[in-house]
Amino acid sequence: MSTEQSADAVEFYVRSEQHDGEEHHHETGTMLGFWVYLMSDCLIFGSLFAVYAVLGQNYAAGPSPADLFEIEMILVSTFMLLFSSITYGFSVLRMEKGDLKGMQLWLIVTGLFGLAFLGLEVKEFTHLWHLGATPMASAFLSSFYALVGTHGLHVTVGCIWLVVLMTQLQLHGITPENKRRVLCLSMFWHFLDLIWIGVFSFVYLAGVLV
Amino acid sequence: MSASSNSTHDNHHGGGHGTLRSYMVGFILSVVLTVIPFWLVLGDVFDNKTLAIGIVFALGAVQMIVHIFYFLHVTFRAEEGWLVMSLSFTVLLVVIVLSGSVWVMYHLDENMMPSHDQIEQVKQLP
Repeated sequence: MSTEQSADAVEFYVRSEQHDGEEHHHETGTMLGFWVYLMSDCLIFGSLFAVYAVLGQNYAAGPSPADLFEIEMILVSTFMLLFSSITYGFSVLRMEKGDLKGMQLWLIVTGLFGLAFLGLEVKEFTHLWHLGATPMASAFLSSFYALVGTHGLHVTVGCIWLVVLMTQLQLHGITPENKRRVLCLSMFWHFLDLIWIGVFSFVYLAGVLV
Repeated sequence: MSASSNSTHDNHHGGGHGTLRSYMVGFILSVVLTVIPFWLVLGDVFDNKTLAIGIVFALGAVQMIVHIFYFLHVTFRAEEGWLVMSLSFTVLLVVIVLSGSVWVMYHLDENMMPSHDQIEQVKQLP
């Protein structure tokens, strides 16, 4: 009887061990699932890049990239996004150390760089709009606004997510759930910087060179 | 490299998060790989535009790989290889969509009315 009980106890112990292992696996499952979402997002951007590749030179007697784009300003916004990537990395490193204050500080800096990027983009779009370079002007401009606008929309969503995350961190501190959320947004944020590399190379630099 | 061995060490408990060193290496590489293409365009370094575009694209591709490795921490061992698997599949699809679209749509304007320049060229023919 007693051996049976102890056997049960052992089995229970083993099961709870397995269960713990499973729970841990679920946690990494979230990260993998989020990565798969990012890959599907990558396909959206891939098709928008394809649209721009096909239509990017149909100016319909309107302005061309060389007439419109200010490369100096694109360089500045590229660096805003790059700085925001590295400061997000610093925030994750502070989280590893369990330093909530330092983490929040770096997240605020990241958000400010993100907002600076968005501000520059809004400034660029309104400037183009005043020049008459609206999405209605030509197929080139339609595909340009579709691609760059979708990226800007993603950065906007990233900024909103950042604010929500800061609230959750303020309320609950560095819990396993918040760690997972921070790491998901980290992937999202770095992914947007990666897409921007494609945008500035393909749309802006190559557009001015052609 | 100690940074890469460190990050693979972290990966066995589900995705390494990098070290200060790996983030800084990635950042410095990204700055260099960003500044060179902008300098090529702003400084009008090459007369050969095709060569310049080729270099800009090549540096952009290298910078993407730098971001994937140093910022997104994708290694062959992360998530038991599933990150690299799904990434390779996505890259394959994007390449097919991009090159296929350009190829299929290459003659998009074939039957369109000729542009003003083309009409002028034809008029000047003897």
